Amino acid sequence: MKLALAPSDRPFLPRGVRLAADKVRGGTVLLCPEKAIALDAIGEAILSRVDGSTSFKEIVAGLAAAYDAPAEQIAGDVQRFLAGLRARMYLAVRP
Amino acid sequence: MTVPPPIAMLAELTHRCPLACPYCSNPQDLLGREAEMTTGEWADAFRQAAELGVLQLHLSGGEPAARPDLAELTAAAQGCGLYTNLITSGIGLTPRRLDALEAAGLDHIQLSLQGTSAGLADWIGGYKGGFDRKVKIAAEIKARGIPLTLNAVMHRHNLDDLECTIEMAVEMGARRLEVACVQFHGWASRNRAQLLPTHAQTEAAKRIVAEAEQRLRGVLAFDFVPPDYYADYPKACMGGWGTAGLNIAPDGTVLPCHAAQTIPHLDFDNVRSKPLATIWYEGAAFNAYRGTGWLPQPCRSCDRKESDFGGCRCQALALAGDASAADPVCRKSPRHQAVLDLLEAGSTGDSGGFVYRRAAG
Repeated sequence: MKLALAPSDRPFLPRGVRLAADKVRGGTVLLCPEKAIALDAIGEAILSRVDGSTSFKEIVAGLAAAYDAPAEQIAGDVQRFLAGLRARMYLAVRP
Repeated sequence: MTVPPPIAMLAELTHRCPLACPYCSNPQDLLGREAEMTTGEWADAFRQAAELGVLQLHLSGGEPAARPDLAELTAAAQGCGLYTNLITSGIGLTPRRLDALEAAGLDHIQLSLQGTSAGLADWIGGYKGGFDRKVKIAAEIKARGIPLTLNAVMHRHNLDDLECTIEMAVEMGARRLEVACVQFHGWASRNRAQLLPTHAQTEAAKRIVAEAEQRLRGVLAFDFVPPDYYADYPKACMGGWGTAGLNIAPDGTVLPCHAAQTIPHLDFDNVRSKPLATIWYEGAAFNAYRGTGWLPQPCRSCDRKESDFGGCRCQALALAGDASAADPVCRKSPRHQAVLDLLEAGSTGDSGGFVYRRAAG
C-alpha cells in the first residue's frame, strides 16, 4: 500500500489518536498508542484541519491561504508529515 | 542538567498473574495482594503523575486484570487526562469487563503473545488453556475496535515462528506489532540458556521484520527490539535514566525502571509517603545515573554518550558486577567478553526445563 495521500483523500485521526494540550510543557501533543508527539506550529496547523471530511487538497489550499505560501511547497510538507503519521498507523484515510 | 518532566509512567498494579512466563519482568521477590496500593492510592498517584507532566499511563502488572477495580482505575486515569494503555495477557478479561473499560475511556490495549499455537504458548506461559482464552479476547477487542498492539516476546523457542506471528497480528486487527526479544534481567537471566536466540535466528528476524514492514505498510506498524547481546552498541535504557519515564511497583515503590531493584545499593522512595514530584526530581535513585555526568570510561569520551547514556545499568551490574560501568553489550566495553562468553555458552541451548515465574513458598 502507498502511504502518500491522493488529493481527494480525506485524512482523519483513528480511534486511540488524539490532540491534547500539554499543560506542563505547553503546546499541543498528539497522543497515540504508547507514544506522545510534541507538535510544532506547522504540525498543529496541519492536524487542526484533519477532520475526516476535509480532503488533502483542501487542507493544502487552506494552509496556503492562511500562511500566504505557494500550494506546491505546502503540499510537499503536508504530504511528508501525514505520510509519516500514516506509516505509524497514527493517521487513517477515507477515499 | 535540567531534569525534564517524565512523559510516561508504568503502573504495576499487581504482581499477581495467572501466567508464569520464564522471562517475566517482575522482580523475583514477588509482592502479594496485601502489599498492593488501594484504588484511592493509585488514583492519587495518577493525579500526581499528570500534574508532574506524565502524558502516557501504562496499566500493567503482573496481570492488571487481576485487579477487580481495573475499570475504576482507568476512569481515574482518564479523569486526569492521561492516555491510558492496558498491558495485559488477556487472561481475566471478559466481554463485560471490556465494556466497562471502554466506558471508562480506555485508549489502547497492548496484548502479549507467548506463542502462535496453544501447545507452545501454554508451555511458555506455564498456563494451560491460556492461548485459547487469549484468542477469544483478541476477537472481542477487534469486534469493539479498541486500538490494539500485539506484543510478541521472542526468544529461541518462538523466533522461528516470526512470520506466523506477523500474520496473527494482522488477523487480530492489531495496528502495531512489537517484536520484543527477551531482555535478560531477573527471571529471564535465570532462564538465559533456554531463551537465548541463536545468531542465525537473530539475523533471520531482522530480515523478516524488514521485509514485512515494507509489505504491510499502512496495515501494521512494527517496533523491533533485537536481542541486544548480538548488538554492537547498547540500548538507551528507558530513554535515559530518570529522563523520560518512571515505574510504580504494586506497593507504591517508585522506580527509574522495572528492573532497578536488582541494583542493591539504590534507595527507593514510596509514593505513599512522599510526593511523586519530589521523588522524581530529588530522589536519590533517580539522580544516581541521570544525565551524563556520572558516566565512566569509555562512555565519557564516546560520541554516542548522548544517544545511549552508557546503556543499561541493571545489565552493567549483572554482567560486569558494577552498575556504574559501561553496559557490557557495547563492543567498546572492557567487559564485553562477558557477553561473548554467554553467547558461546548459550549457543548449544539447554534442554532443561524453564524456571517459571512463581511466588516463593
